[in-house]
Amino acid sequence: MVAADETVKLTHLQRLEAESIHIMREVVAETEKPVMLYSVGKDSAVMLHLARKAFYPSPPPFPLLHVDTTWKFKAMYELRDRMARESGMELIVYQNPEAVAKGINPFDHGALHTDMWKTEGLKQALDKYGFDAAFGGARRDEEKSRAKERIFSFRSANHRWDPKNQRPELWNLYNARKAKGESIRVFPISNWTELDIWQYIHLENIPIVPLYFANERPTVQRNGLTIMVDDDRFPLNPGEVPEMKSIRFRTLGCYPLTGAVESYAKTLPEVIQEMLLTTTSERQGRAIDHDQAASMEKKKQEGYF
Amino acid sequence: MTDMKAQESSYKTDELIARDIDAYLLKHQHKSLLRFITCGSVDDGKSTLIGRLLYDSKMIFEDQLAALEADSKRVGTQGQNIDFALLVDGLAAEREQGITIDVAYRFFSTENRKFIVADTPGHEQYTRNMITGASTADLAVILIDARKGVLTQTRRHSYLVNLIGIRNVVLAVNKMDLVGYDQDKYEEIVADYAKFAESIGIKAFTPMPISGFMGDNITTKSANMPWYQGPTLMAHLETVELDVAADQVRPFRMPVQWVNRPNLDFRGFSGLIASGVVKPGDAVRVLPSGKTSTVTRIVTLDGDLQQAVAGQSITLCFADEIDCSRGDVITLADAPVQVADQFEATIVWMADEALTPGRAYWLKIGTQTVSASIHAPKYQVNVNTLEHMAAKTLELNAIGVTNIATDRPIPFEAYEQNRTLGGFIVIDKMTNATVGAGMIHFALRRSQNVHWQALDTSRETHANLKNQKPAVLWFTGLSGAGKSTIANLVEKKLVRMNRHTFLLDGDNVRHGLNKDLGFTEADRIENIRRVGEVAKLMTDAGLIVITAFISPFRSEREMVRQMMQPGEFVEIFIDTKLADAEARDVKGLYKKARAGELKNFTGIDSPYEAPENPEIQIDTSKITPEQAADLIIERLIP
Repeated sequence: MVAADETVKLTHLQRLEAESIHIMREVVAETEKPVMLYSVGKDSAVMLHLARKAFYPSPPPFPLLHVDTTWKFKAMYELRDRMARESGMELIVYQNPEAVAKGINPFDHGALHTDMWKTEGLKQALDKYGFDAAFGGARRDEEKSRAKERIFSFRSANHRWDPKNQRPELWNLYNARKAKGESIRVFPISNWTELDIWQYIHLENIPIVPLYFANERPTVQRNGLTIMVDDDRFPLNPGEVPEMKSIRFRTLGCYPLTGAVESYAKTLPEVIQEMLLTTTSERQGRAIDHDQAASMEKKKQEGYF
Repeated sequence: MTDMKAQESSYKTDELIARDIDAYLLKHQHKSLLRFITCGSVDDGKSTLIGRLLYDSKMIFEDQLAALEADSKRVGTQGQNIDFALLVDGLAAEREQGITIDVAYRFFSTENRKFIVADTPGHEQYTRNMITGASTADLAVILIDARKGVLTQTRRHSYLVNLIGIRNVVLAVNKMDLVGYDQDKYEEIVADYAKFAESIGIKAFTPMPISGFMGDNITTKSANMPWYQGPTLMAHLETVELDVAADQVRPFRMPVQWVNRPNLDFRGFSGLIASGVVKPGDAVRVLPSGKTSTVTRIVTLDGDLQQAVAGQSITLCFADEIDCSRGDVITLADAPVQVADQFEATIVWMADEALTPGRAYWLKIGTQTVSASIHAPKYQVNVNTLEHMAAKTLELNAIGVTNIATDRPIPFEAYEQNRTLGGFIVIDKMTNATVGAGMIHFALRRSQNVHWQALDTSRETHANLKNQKPAVLWFTGLSGAGKSTIANLVEKKLVRMNRHTFLLDGDNVRHGLNKDLGFTEADRIENIRRVGEVAKLMTDAGLIVITAFISPFRSEREMVRQMMQPGEFVEIFIDTKLADAEARDVKGLYKKARAGELKNFTGIDSPYEAPENPEIQIDTSKITPEQAADLIIERLIP
């Protein structure tokens, strides 16, 4: 007990951190075989960092799962392997064998690329290893349909999300009980905003993929997006030469699908500064959301994270 | 629309960001967090208000704004103007229906605070969604349409806000533009609301006249209402004092989430501190076991802490190897919490399938999940009129007060004292769905684990000395049934037989021990609980206790029965038809109740639940009081 004038004021980041840690511990205590979906982006970086805090001095008692598309940026693969080593966690890399066999790629297969590598790949991986809970780094501020997502999101045995049949979440009491075959996606950083994520990375000195910082990189223009040519699999038009531009990424996915922004922000404060002064929302850099209104919601019902 | 765009908000500090980002970050880093909920019905302009707060705090990007403008023209309800509601209505299904169907969380921040808004819909699922959204809120904004004033739903929202324990209430009188910004109209509504708020126990609220649609008093002072001297809504949200710090001045409590055991040399107990402060060297107690130890370390990845406070997630190490596992509660050694297995609680039912009284449900409270059975409700609250109604069960969105028995004693605190240790969810064992939420009022019976003062002179000694077997003769029946008359006769006869008795009479007890209690159902239940406890002490002293109380609810009589030693509780049902009792009306009470001068009168506007298997049943239409007394004595002392 303390006197009223000695109370400690917790900042919003301290409260968010405590909430995320609480959520992760609940999952570990109440589920049989949890896993952390690790996409190597900034949100994953924060989530992994929080997991290390939650269970210290133990290493986080679950593996990292990377549902790979084989089309991520090289720099992402490098950081992924480094972080797995440093955290002392097992890293499971899963690639949908059917997508491997068919050579599914973002140039020839359009929406099928995301569907087979990510949506199907994730379902297969969860089934293969029998994970009954998967941590994901989605945030409620990202997109309208996510604003209603629960922290514990229930999926049927065939991984479908039923937006009308989710459990009410009161106080910080999470109901993790489920029938055999059912699973839960858990979003421990639901209540963080993009600015919170950046601020926390800055404060805690969390390693992130260097692509978030501006540098001279080879680029081409496709469908109004600035795309970085990350390897020689990228089909250039006859005579086309990638243009070197100072660019960075606000969000990271498959390199041929991720739009860059022109930028000279080389440090975190500069990145945050740009973000705060910018006038377009984060997900605009992703091709997948533009398909149709409420497209994220449709993808989620089908099992895309 | 152009004027909306032109309206400059001062809530995003573009200048500081551009000039000195490090200074901005330092400032942002020290922001506090305010979680609030907006309560209103479909047409109160709730979504519009939230959309407006996001818009005015510059949380909307150009691409979102472009999409919003296009959507507004396509499906908006505001003609060519921006329909702010579209900004916050998320799921496709509800966008088509034009109503929100769930709880959504929105985020915005200003220079001093980060805000999380829980947005809940305003149709029949309202209670469930609003309770969910309110459970994590520090503040509630109750919206009133200035054209309509205080409506049924306003009362419902206010009741729920108060039930969930939100102390900061803003009364936003919205759509002032549609009543010509009329000060008299506004003040009339505020006065109306003040009267109602007081009646349900809302101690204070902050009223303000606004227009979410036009932007009046949202982030900028309205030029249309110069008569209003108070802050804008945003200014109030930014500066209102929060009671998050209040948790710290209470004694230390932490439910254990997880035992951290990386190797044989380390054993830590992880959890989120529910209240108070902990420091190395503090003497702590683990409940329900009651074992004590001393805190040696507060372990975090960032190094050991010298102290940790409510709201932080930490790991504690103890000096001794004591049993402590998930579900236990660590408290300050000399300020532990109670442990009990029977409670009275308010329950909010949240499932399509109604509550089945007596059935076993999972109950999750703090970090532990126990099996529990929920009794039939003592009453249900009509959330529109706030009247107490008799109920056999609770349907979807119903709120009722009931007793709960858990399969083992659990550490707890009253919800009013501690949300973490007093709030629980109810889980269906078959479907695993969360079917209800509850708030503990108090324990009905203290558990055996609470350490009793050991007494050298036992209850057997007391009873033997009096040469009798203690008992409680519990008379129950309608007012005017003849309980007191017969009870009196029974006592006289027992005394003549040299038995040591004591008669606890309803009216007499209410002059002393229970003079603070009224006649609401809650008070009547507490009346019976206290009488039960007194009767129990008297049986410990070896007495034959005779009680004469209407005691209309089965669950309370059952509660008292369970307080006593097996066989010592004798339920005597004085069975009189309501018409007969009313015709007799010795004290003139029925007449008053019929005239509406007496509220909650059993048989008139409050139910009487007749015993199902009383030990003795007396039909007063067949025998006289004298015969009844003889019959009772005969049954007691064969």
